[in-house]
Amino acid sequence: MAEHYTLRVNGASHDVRDAWLGESLLYVLRERLGLYGTKGACEQGECGSCTVFLDGAAVCSCLVLAASAEGCDVTTIEHIGSDDEPSDVQRAFVEQGGVQCGFCTPGLVMAVHALLDANPSPTRPEIREAISGNLCRCTGYGRIFEAVDAAIRERGA
Amino acid sequence: MTIVNARTIDDALAALAERPDSLLLQGGTDSMVQMNFGRLDPRAVVSLRGIRELREWRALPDGSTFIGSGLPYASMEKGGLAARLPALAEAARTVGSPQIRAAGTLGGNLGTASPAGDGLPVLRALDATVHLRSATSSRDVPVAEFLVGVKRTLRAPGELIVGVTVPPAPGWQGYAKVGVRNAMVIAIASACLARDGSAVRLALGAVAPTVVRCPAAERAAAAMLAGGRRPSRDDAREFGRIASSECSPISDHRSTAAYRTHAVAVVAARLLERSFHG
Repeated sequence: MAEHYTLRVNGASHDVRDAWLGESLLYVLRERLGLYGTKGACEQGECGSCTVFLDGAAVCSCLVLAASAEGCDVTTIEHIGSDDEPSDVQRAFVEQGGVQCGFCTPGLVMAVHALLDANPSPTRPEIREAISGNLCRCTGYGRIFEAVDAAIRERGA
Repeated sequence: MTIVNARTIDDALAALAERPDSLLLQGGTDSMVQMNFGRLDPRAVVSLRGIRELREWRALPDGSTFIGSGLPYASMEKGGLAARLPALAEAARTVGSPQIRAAGTLGGNLGTASPAGDGLPVLRALDATVHLRSATSSRDVPVAEFLVGVKRTLRAPGELIVGVTVPPAPGWQGYAKVGVRNAMVIAIASACLARDGSAVRLALGAVAPTVVRCPAAERAAAAMLAGGRRPSRDDAREFGRIASSECSPISDHRSTAAYRTHAVAVVAARLLERSFHG
């Protein structure tokens, strides 16, 4: 394979040219495609701030070799909602005070969407387990759990 | 660096035949960390992500279970495979976080051969066999022989880990792991115990250069449980003590040898007791 590959991100194709093939998907999303919503911190799968959907599964984009994602569907936080039309989970985070510095928020929103898509009425332990790979150093998680509860209530309503 | 995104096992084997030293990349949870931090700069990568046939498991007619090397841990936590191999499901659920479990695989655990690989004590306790293929040959190797040492295996250049077969394991099986929190933890100590009557199999992880079985503890258990007896609390403690004498832990940034020795004694004893309580 030449040093050129194509990524399908949020439904659109992007050519990646003249890039080192060892770059992570996180790096390529941010530095080559200008999609800055996905955050990078630990680069070792510990913090969850880089969570994206790869063929529908929530994964750490820092642990995905970008060139190996050719042919996969990548969904980032930019596709989840917009300033004008946030997703229900994003709205719940805002309304319940689940956002403080905001750095962990995109990853958490992705993780919560993955949870609620698979399990519309999770228990508190299931919620805790679902976001166990997403570190937040501001909130202490209380408001995040309230946000998830609010999103569950709204979906059930 | 070159990359081949293999779509079939044959694709991968052909790429490996051409570049036998290629880095085989499955979930990336280990190798990508090394690459992100500049500690690994492979000249050739064969990505296994796109190979559907590696992501399958199946029940075999003789009661054993084949698990493809690319099946993510998330698929072992629940459902049919979890019902067949509950210890594997328990081990899978302790791996990292949901994001890591969506990526990590047994093939990665075996290929990386970290002493702390969460799936390895299960494969070792249940006497699993590793299936290896190259473009020109195939062979089956017991996990016990496959894992040679810290990050060392019998996999030869040009070989691909296709999957593992776990023989039928009647009776009870369970898994336990010690770490500093419930999620996102690399094991300080881990154990898998399988018990069929008085026949006990125990494997320990993260307390030796590779996962180890505990033949002396297994013999002691057979004697303790002979005639259908249940183990007393003292029996269980003694079983744990013997097991802890059969490992060789080190002190590192995660724990000390003394704590690891204590921890494996506790989890081995607990698993033996738990095997009688369901």
